[in-house]
Amino acid sequence: MAEGARRNLPPLSLHVPEPKFRPGDAVDYADFDRGEAGAVTRPPIDADPATMREHSYTLVRVLDDAGKAIGPWDPRLEPERLVAMLRHMALTRAYDDRLYRAQRQGKTSFYMKCTGEEATSIAAAYALDRDDMCFPSYRQQGLLIARNWSLVDMMCQVYSNRADRLKGRQMPIMYSARDASFFSISGNLATQYPQAVGFAMASAARGDTRIAAAWCGEGSTAEGDFHSACTFASVYRAPVILNVINNQWAISSFSGFAGAENTTFAARAIGYGMAGLRVDGNDALAVYAATEWAAERARSNAGPTLIEFFTYRAEGHSTSDDPTKYRSAEENVKWPLGDPIARLKQHLILIGAWDEERHAAMDKEVAELVRAAQKEAEAHGILADGLLQHPFETMFEDVFEEQPWHLKEQSRQMLDERKKAGI
Amino acid sequence: MRWGDGGYGVTEAAATTKPMNMIQAINSALDVMMGRDEDIVVMGEDVGFFGGVFKATEHLQAKYGKTRVFDTPITELGIIGVAVGMCTYGLRPVPEIQFADYIYPALDQLVSEAARLRYRSAGEYTAPMTVRSPFGGGIFGGQTHSQSPEGIFTHVAGLKTVVPSNPYDAKGLLIASIEDNDPVIFFEPKRIYNGPFDGHYDRPVTPWARHPSSVVPEGYYRIPLGKASVVREGEAVTILAYGTMVHVAVGVVAELGIDAEIIDLRTLVPLDIEAIETSVRKTGRCVVVHEATKTSGFGAELSSLVQERCFYALEAPVERVTGWDTPYPHSLEWAYFPGPVRLSRAIEKVLEA
Repeated sequence: MAEGARRNLPPLSLHVPEPKFRPGDAVDYADFDRGEAGAVTRPPIDADPATMREHSYTLVRVLDDAGKAIGPWDPRLEPERLVAMLRHMALTRAYDDRLYRAQRQGKTSFYMKCTGEEATSIAAAYALDRDDMCFPSYRQQGLLIARNWSLVDMMCQVYSNRADRLKGRQMPIMYSARDASFFSISGNLATQYPQAVGFAMASAARGDTRIAAAWCGEGSTAEGDFHSACTFASVYRAPVILNVINNQWAISSFSGFAGAENTTFAARAIGYGMAGLRVDGNDALAVYAATEWAAERARSNAGPTLIEFFTYRAEGHSTSDDPTKYRSAEENVKWPLGDPIARLKQHLILIGAWDEERHAAMDKEVAELVRAAQKEAEAHGILADGLLQHPFETMFEDVFEEQPWHLKEQSRQMLDERKKAGI
Repeated sequence: MRWGDGGYGVTEAAATTKPMNMIQAINSALDVMMGRDEDIVVMGEDVGFFGGVFKATEHLQAKYGKTRVFDTPITELGIIGVAVGMCTYGLRPVPEIQFADYIYPALDQLVSEAARLRYRSAGEYTAPMTVRSPFGGGIFGGQTHSQSPEGIFTHVAGLKTVVPSNPYDAKGLLIASIEDNDPVIFFEPKRIYNGPFDGHYDRPVTPWARHPSSVVPEGYYRIPLGKASVVREGEAVTILAYGTMVHVAVGVVAELGIDAEIIDLRTLVPLDIEAIETSVRKTGRCVVVHEATKTSGFGAELSSLVQERCFYALEAPVERVTGWDTPYPHSLEWAYFPGPVRLSRAIEKVLEA
């Protein structure tokens, strides 16, 4: 008992969350209620958020274990569209594998994969219009790939080389692509959330038809930015989709440190009077359907939607951490919602639109595409060689539109110092 | 004394003038700009129907509508974050942070986002917003309605920081800030909203009406950012000031009867280094004065720049007159405020050296 505590009262205790499984633990997801595919109702586009509270607690699922699409959320997409989606997911995975290896080979400083989470970006991108503005976090490379952005351009950013449009200023994977309606990625978490709402408010104020969408991880829903964004979105009924990628882990902190022991992330919507959906993030059809619903809702001035995509971060947070040090390796293997690529493939085979041969050929094709892109990107240099980087004086550009005297002076000073030192 | 029109781009259309205090001049700048550019939106706590707690946005909502002038939730980070998103769409927001003391929750959005967007996206995205915020003490606002946090923002690469000292400048500088394609922090010294204040808190308040700078063109004109104004020419000592302290300096110099040169910096970043160098080389002496706390304050930067660039012209060490390194106390406000007595002493010290 602490000194000075009142003796006739029981001592208080502090709850510090602890994940269920740590390295070496056997994993059992028996407690996890994933619900039934097809079981959740699809509310009208303009549904009053008060009538759809249960949607914050039950997973919207379309694909069942056999790969059959069932229930009111089945988006009934043409098989060709689904195949294209599958290919973009496979391409993203191949891209990730290649660049992860490039980092391990010392060609760049850092990399982040989105393995296991591909559907949450790619299927969402398919349900949005290409000019809808995306405010991504750092694991939404799938958005760019789904919008057919140049892989070479992306790789040049990762290599910070001479062809990097961002002039080597950003850490790898912090892409920016205005022509793909893809906002500049920040390393500070959830800052993009109120920004997406601001974009949506501006579009609405102008009587435009474009909407905005933001992505953040479940961990960063704890940031004030998330809550300010929800308040603004709700208050002005902004045409925005707020996506929370609940991949269970924020580096080494499990989702319990963002509040997952007490409620769902979708349920955050209830307090803001917003529509909320909890969606199987490894089910590309469910991701598409939820995004399509939210986009239609936003476009018809019925307000914002908060979507929690329930998924699993199959790899480490980045190349800088080793997940075997803080979580059980069995988690990924036993994940009850499977792998998004395998599940979409299973569905396509089931409906007779796909087979193993075509899948193997596709995997080969995307791997070749990535390999060729990498070769082209590396011709512009890699971070490690330091030779083909942007000229030193570019460091002082773009701080302001016009360079003020003090930056001109510092730029001259740096070049002089380097010259005198013979470097 | 040189106040008002320094020949900065006052067009013929703007030639009709009107007496204005600082609030009216700021309101006029917003009005003029909103009329010229439909991309400009004004938002902030209480700025809509009510017209702002200091009335700087009065009548704007009635004139330009609720989608261009609106109240916001009480979340400064939300206000600035939303403004960044509006910039991304193509608007030019002019958010108001009700008191500079409330700006800290927005620091991440200002420092890591608005200020860095152009750089990190190599110009793909920019944040042409002007953040207006009343700052400074002298109104018994205690520690949460009196601070001068300009030094926090001048330290940030990618932000411009502007502090007007009179109605004429306030309007011209605000228009230039709104037209600027970089984020601007526009601090309005609230003690001088209604009249120039020479630091003699025990004397009756002088209204702006008697001050030459209250003659303000009704239309469009701009005062370029990065240009200081020599408020008083002199040979004996250079006083570097901005905001309220300009008027304290003017009062002290008149009382002491010395031939001081008073420079109103107007823009802290980018700074008018040429005006500073020219003056200090001429006088050989320099006093830096601001209301903000001393340690790591903008005065340290000024003092250092003067030392680096004018050392061989200096006859005496540079003196700094600033707020004390304490929070702004409510009841001891006038002991905290760097008023005429402290400034006089510093000037005398520099002159005696």
